Amino acid sequence: MERIPILRMGEYLLVTIQVDMHDQLAVQLQDDLTQAIARSRAKGVLIDISALEVVDSFIGRMIADTAGMARILDAHAVLVGMQPAVAITLVELGLSLPGVATALNVERGMALLRASLQGDGAR
Amino acid sequence: MAAQEKLAPLLGRHRDKILKQWQRELAALPGRARLSPEDTRRQADEFSAAFMSALASGAGADIATEDWKAVRTFLEQLSKERVLAGFSSDETATFIFSLKRALFEAVSGESRRSAEQVALDLWAITELLDRLGLHTVKAYQRSREEVINRQQAEMLELSTPVVKLWDGILALPLIGTLDSARTQVVMESLLQKIVETESQVAIIDITGVPTVDTLVAQHLLKTVTALRLMGADCIVSGVRPQIAQTIVHLGVDLQAVITKANLADALALALRKTGVTLAA
Repeated sequence: MERIPILRMGEYLLVTIQVDMHDQLAVQLQDDLTQAIARSRAKGVLIDISALEVVDSFIGRMIADTAGMARILDAHAVLVGMQPAVAITLVELGLSLPGVATALNVERGMALLRASLQGDGAR
Repeated sequence: MAAQEKLAPLLGRHRDKILKQWQRELAALPGRARLSPEDTRRQADEFSAAFMSALASGAGADIATEDWKAVRTFLEQLSKERVLAGFSSDETATFIFSLKRALFEAVSGESRRSAEQVALDLWAITELLDRLGLHTVKAYQRSREEVINRQQAEMLELSTPVVKLWDGILALPLIGTLDSARTQVVMESLLQKIVETESQVAIIDITGVPTVDTLVAQHLLKTVTALRLMGADCIVSGVRPQIAQTIVHLGVDLQAVITKANLADALALALRKTGVTLAA
């Protein structure tokens, strides 16, 4: 079965969704990602959805849920590279993903992760 | 045989008289000043030629058939011309209706006909002219709508300029009323521009928006949310006192949106957000 790879970069995990998501794949990713966060004790997760062009309410909710789960597992989640069409669709579906950090691209997302980790360390 | 078909020989006999009478009627119509007498005559001639040949080819009262095609096309063209010349719909329709009197006189002037026959003929004429008149009005309206649609499309194109104020800062000065269609265009072009320029902050300036109702506020919120989802910040500027009052009275929650009094303040904040410092 196809899977979405989860790459480890230091204390961050990098997930790049390169294929069109279907429901099974999203469930599998959620499962894999939570396992990986727990195993690697990652402090940040970066989910790159710049190649994702189609979303439905289920995928939208899965993305939001996954970010929430990462948060509970003590990892900051940042969603990067959302396409305009996807953003409009999610808004029309009423999924504004509150509480999920977003960034324009991977670079900015990384900067955001570092900044929020520093904020954590200062506390 | 359709009642209309019997009209052909009758009208053919009185053709010149009818035309003359009709010209007189046309010349007395309101709005005639905008048309030269030659134009009026030419249009009357063209119409009567098409009308007679349709009748002669055995066309019935149903003007949607192929037999009436020439007449319909002529009327549509006429309506279009009159829309552009600034005629009202009734002024356009009376072009057809003014023919009634001339035709009625021609029919009732036939001495050899029984009253019953005359009544039948009159009914046939009325039925036909009413339909042609309605078709004219319909064509007139369609032409008007085309004009309005074209203007709307042009306005839509004109009205959504996304300007780059600084590296990473885009501004969208909105002018005029926001409706669903326009917000959609605004939202799409802004989001697209954000991707293209990798901008971090977008400023939506609503100084030129006359009124904000719940719908407009809803649209604004949607745009702001979509921007946030893409990872950009959004500042709304130029909220006027009346608009602030309306928004609060309407109970719209704009807490999630950063608002600034004017574009200058918004730009200052955006510069701070992107880490630019200005030396005096």
